[in-house]
Amino acid sequence: MTHVTLTINGEAHQAEVEPRLLLVHFIREVANLTGTHIGCDTTSCGACTVLINGTPAKSCTLLAVQVNGAEIQTVEGLEQNGQLHPIQQGFFEEHGLQCGFCTPGMMLVGKALLEQNPNPSEAEIRRAISGNLCRCTGYVNIVKAIDSAGKKMREPAATGAPTA
Amino acid sequence: MATDVGGYGRSVKRKEDPRFIRGKGNYVDDLKLPGMLYMDIVRSPYAHAKITSIDASKALALPGVLAVITGKDLDAYKLAWMPTLMSDTQMVLPIDRVVYQAQEVAAVIATERYIAADGVALVEVDYEPLPPVVDPYKALDPSSPLVRPDHADKNTNHIWHWESGDKARTDQLFNEAEVVVKEHMYLPRIHVSSIETCGCVASFDRVSGKLTVWMTTQAPHAIRTVFSLVTAASAVGQIPEHKIRIISPDIGGGFGGKVPVYPGYVIATAASVLTGHPVKWIEDRSENLQADSFARDYHMDVELAGKRDGTITALRVKTLADHGSADAAANPSKFPAGLFNVCTGSYAMEAAHVEVDGVYTNKPPGGVAYRCSFRVTEAVHAIERIVDRMAQELKVDPAALRMKNFIPPEKFPYKSPTGWEYDSGNYAGALKLAMEKIGYADLRREQAEKRARGELMGIGICTFTEIVGAGPSNTFDILGIKMFDSAEIRVHPTGSAIVRIGVQSQGQGHETTFAQIVAEELGLPVDNIVVEHGDTDTAPYGLGTYASRSTPTAGAATAMAARKIREKAKAIAAHLLEASPDDIEWGNYQFQVKGAPTRSKTMADVAFAAYTNHPQGMEAGLEAVDYYDPPNLTFPFGAYICIVDIDRGTGEVKIRRFLAVDDCGNIINPMIVEGQIHGGLTMGMAPALLEAITYDENGNIQQGTFMDYLLPTSMETPAWETDKTCTPSPHHPFGAKGVGESATVGAPPAIANAVVDALSHLGVTHLDIPITPWKVHKILEEHGLAEV
Repeated sequence: MTHVTLTINGEAHQAEVEPRLLLVHFIREVANLTGTHIGCDTTSCGACTVLINGTPAKSCTLLAVQVNGAEIQTVEGLEQNGQLHPIQQGFFEEHGLQCGFCTPGMMLVGKALLEQNPNPSEAEIRRAISGNLCRCTGYVNIVKAIDSAGKKMREPAATGAPTA
Repeated sequence: MATDVGGYGRSVKRKEDPRFIRGKGNYVDDLKLPGMLYMDIVRSPYAHAKITSIDASKALALPGVLAVITGKDLDAYKLAWMPTLMSDTQMVLPIDRVVYQAQEVAAVIATERYIAADGVALVEVDYEPLPPVVDPYKALDPSSPLVRPDHADKNTNHIWHWESGDKARTDQLFNEAEVVVKEHMYLPRIHVSSIETCGCVASFDRVSGKLTVWMTTQAPHAIRTVFSLVTAASAVGQIPEHKIRIISPDIGGGFGGKVPVYPGYVIATAASVLTGHPVKWIEDRSENLQADSFARDYHMDVELAGKRDGTITALRVKTLADHGSADAAANPSKFPAGLFNVCTGSYAMEAAHVEVDGVYTNKPPGGVAYRCSFRVTEAVHAIERIVDRMAQELKVDPAALRMKNFIPPEKFPYKSPTGWEYDSGNYAGALKLAMEKIGYADLRREQAEKRARGELMGIGICTFTEIVGAGPSNTFDILGIKMFDSAEIRVHPTGSAIVRIGVQSQGQGHETTFAQIVAEELGLPVDNIVVEHGDTDTAPYGLGTYASRSTPTAGAATAMAARKIREKAKAIAAHLLEASPDDIEWGNYQFQVKGAPTRSKTMADVAFAAYTNHPQGMEAGLEAVDYYDPPNLTFPFGAYICIVDIDRGTGEVKIRRFLAVDDCGNIINPMIVEGQIHGGLTMGMAPALLEAITYDENGNIQQGTFMDYLLPTSMETPAWETDKTCTPSPHHPFGAKGVGESATVGAPPAIANAVVDALSHLGVTHLDIPITPWKVHKILEEHGLAEV
């Protein structure tokens, strides 16, 4: 067993884990954050995407021990002080999701893109999400959602947020 | 001025999204119960083999492994076999023989997920390989090995023969025809591959005797009944149906793949009953791709007869259907080939004859939909490709040939030559709009110019008719259970309501659209209405969500239940307004006195009165249930036009534009309908250009992960264009038709027709899907057109 400390959404999670424990299982079953999903086991679908030190990574093919000490962000960390992140607002407003299973990974990739490239073209958005599969939406509204989030982030005005 | 309650035709934002965008969905794998055990499955490396021994001793010696379950163990409880939806049988776990690669052979129950997987690696199974049956045509050869020797009454791999239409008249029309075209078309095996795989958590409470199963299922009520019936026939003893609770929580995509009962569900449930612990089983992607139900696998010989002037007279189709090792298709029981005989499509023709033969092979069982209504995709592919082939033969424009042969609007309701009664349609209207919007004439000119320069551009049309909303109870049932659907509405005293429905969402947005139906019918704001589904302890009995049936069946039930409530509410309103019920009318989402609309009561006023001040002699409360038995199916349709450019260097087909004009009747939520069409188009493009499951001569599957089975990404998927016409269903309570699968059905032939159109001057008349760059490049090479 190996001692692993991960900061997930600003909160430290420590555990003695087997070296073979996948990061996605640490997140889902040790930290009990089930918003990160598993879709393929081969780094193909991106449902398990999280941000590791700000960069998108597929947590189903990383070991928790490999990222010991890292800062991880999951979908649960997007909302801050009761305020949805613009990427969440974008997905809600543009109907960027249907079954919701790929959505956490898509939003994190979208957020990382917009932080690097605040005004991406449609082609750039499509390239950014090309490692994330969605079986429901046909991507059209996901592209719109990320574009809409980009607009919001460029012009940070107060926007209405959906309530639970 | 009318209040906007968020009813029909409004793009209300989805009620389910706030939890999904926060990572707070409740999918099956998110569930963790105290004392929960994990199950993992040992699977066969062979497509056909005798099991000579299973040695679980090393697995059982591993700390944390509690049990290894084999077919012999289940056989002791008479649970080694289970019925399929098509009245065939299928192994839960084999006793002595495996019949497809990746078949379940044994299950390991352990305290942790990783230990269960370790246990699987330690189970030693000895196999004696047998010759596999892979090719369905060879399967019919009497010398072929038998896939199912357990069917003692049969000495063949042939399962059933089914036919429809008028053979004699069809043959006669073919003999008299001035022109006949014919193509062999293969629609390969494909897999729905919802991003969430299948799985369950089964929890049997030994004290109460209650079994609760959280399950990735599209049809929880039917599963409950089947579980009760299966336990009754087992040595476990019947678990009465009131002690079975099936919960289908948030589902990460279904598309037909989550209709069947898979062995894993049954083994996990048996394991929970036997151990008294909750047992979780979640497939990995390879298991999902290799062993779960496939779709399609239809080998079709399609012929069309007509006159030189372009009049289509008859259609003849002969089909070999590869069902794998069991007929585990998810069709209504009386329809072994689903609704395939709707294959005369949108065209008026005198006669048709359709034959399908089902065959066993050593492949996983199935025959589920891939986002379509019971084989309608196969039907539409056959007719839409062969109509294009006829246009090519007659050297006429494929749009013009279609226009000439469409069933005209005044002929509805239209009785098809295979017995369906189409409820409504305006096919020419949809095609005309599509042609105008995309600039059809200009595109044809551009194509001619490009062709002269050696560039390859194609224009493909598909004008399909769907058949959805199963279905009328006189013909539609699943294992005897009639295919009605249901809704229950309770209006609370302060003017909010709860709606429970018999169908179950896998992303379709039912929590929003069903609330909109009630909002419209009762005049209550959509925000005040909550929709629940997927829990058999609370929802009324229904047959589930597939085949685009939710809106045609449970949607209708919801409107009918609301109208029952409105009828009672009217009497209460009359009482409050001190008027006769005959003098009360419903308008502007309120009850008002005829001729004096200022004298009015809202539904909220009435709801409060229903609990505080209802008329003497009237029952208190405001609620209703409706079980809706549709009088007919609904027939949405569309006109799709696809423009492709072919890369002469790589053979790649690039979709430049794709316009989908859909007609699904009246629309509840345009935003959600458009989203369904986008998704359907993408799942239509997938088998047209990318996806197929193939086997080598030993029955080894060649696409076992997403590295080999290619789902469309954002890079290949074009920016879909959509438009609509509206021809309401005349028999549905609010004129809706169902739309979730139209685009999956309509897109593949539009794309295939576009590619064949691009290559037609080279003499190409047909290409089987998926149309891969390799296939196209080979043709380019043959004609010296490949660029190097």
